Amino acid sequence: MKFAVIVFPGSNCDTDMYHAVKDELGSDVEYVWHDASDLSGFDGILLPGGFSYGDYLRSGAIAQFSNVMSEVVRAAKEGKPVLGVCNGFQILLETGLLPGAMRRNESLKFICQPEELVVMNDQTLFTSQYEKGEVISVPVAHGEGNYYCDEETLKLLKENDQIVFTYAKNPNGSVEDIAGITNQEGNVLGMMPHPERAVDELLGSKDGLKLFQSIVKSWRERYVAAT
Amino acid sequence: MYKVKVYVTLRESVLDPQGKAVMHSLHKMGQSEVEDVRIGKYLELTLQKGDYDLDEKIVSMCSKLLSNPVIEDYRYEVEEVVAQ
Repeated sequence: MKFAVIVFPGSNCDTDMYHAVKDELGSDVEYVWHDASDLSGFDGILLPGGFSYGDYLRSGAIAQFSNVMSEVVRAAKEGKPVLGVCNGFQILLETGLLPGAMRRNESLKFICQPEELVVMNDQTLFTSQYEKGEVISVPVAHGEGNYYCDEETLKLLKENDQIVFTYAKNPNGSVEDIAGITNQEGNVLGMMPHPERAVDELLGSKDGLKLFQSIVKSWRERYVAAT
Repeated sequence: MYKVKVYVTLRESVLDPQGKAVMHSLHKMGQSEVEDVRIGKYLELTLQKGDYDLDEKIVSMCSKLLSNPVIEDYRYEVEEVVAQ
């Protein structure tokens, strides 16, 4: 399975993401610049954190019109796994691949600390290696991670089991303690916490590694086991 | 040429923590009459005249990029200006 780490001007977690996939997960991975126009050679798309385009206008707003994003949308429609972390999540929201929007943290502070997350859905291709209700430790680092959606959207998110991770102790004011959601089809996940920064005990936690292992497991079951 | 002035603010239903912090600060300054503060953005666009529907164009730009309709509202004013 081959992953693409999309690099925008201002991405700063691309190296962490690359390291997590290459060295800890042991999968193929390549950096892909934001002006690329073909992602057909990749099986999974990773949008890393950072401050794409300097967070000008709104976090993730400018990135939605970069060349590669129409290819990311295409990959998502084809059913390929797409993971957006932190700024990657914000980009997925701005692009409309996921519902809702991000506001400034309630405290107005940039929060950078380990957070306990509750796995709400272990049936997604991103979370099959976790147990429902499992509490994992994954760091957050954001100033705008205060997730918002209207009542109607929230109802749909709940009905379709799209809320995948919640905060055990809400650090930023997010609606319903939401830390990560998928699209309705379940192949696009956006989350504010950084699983790629929790892939080795040296980093304080390796709870994020199972997320990447889940993606590979799902891909193998779909494409390798069948042959 | 047109000069388009676009004002983007958080929707009424969305809490504005920045505005609240500024309001508290104004209260500390002694401005106790201030009941609410909403912080927004102001953008000025200069457009060439042409064969297009101006309102349609502005609405498209505002709803797709300049504001995020999930949390923000916008309004705009148009001024005709002579090219320098």
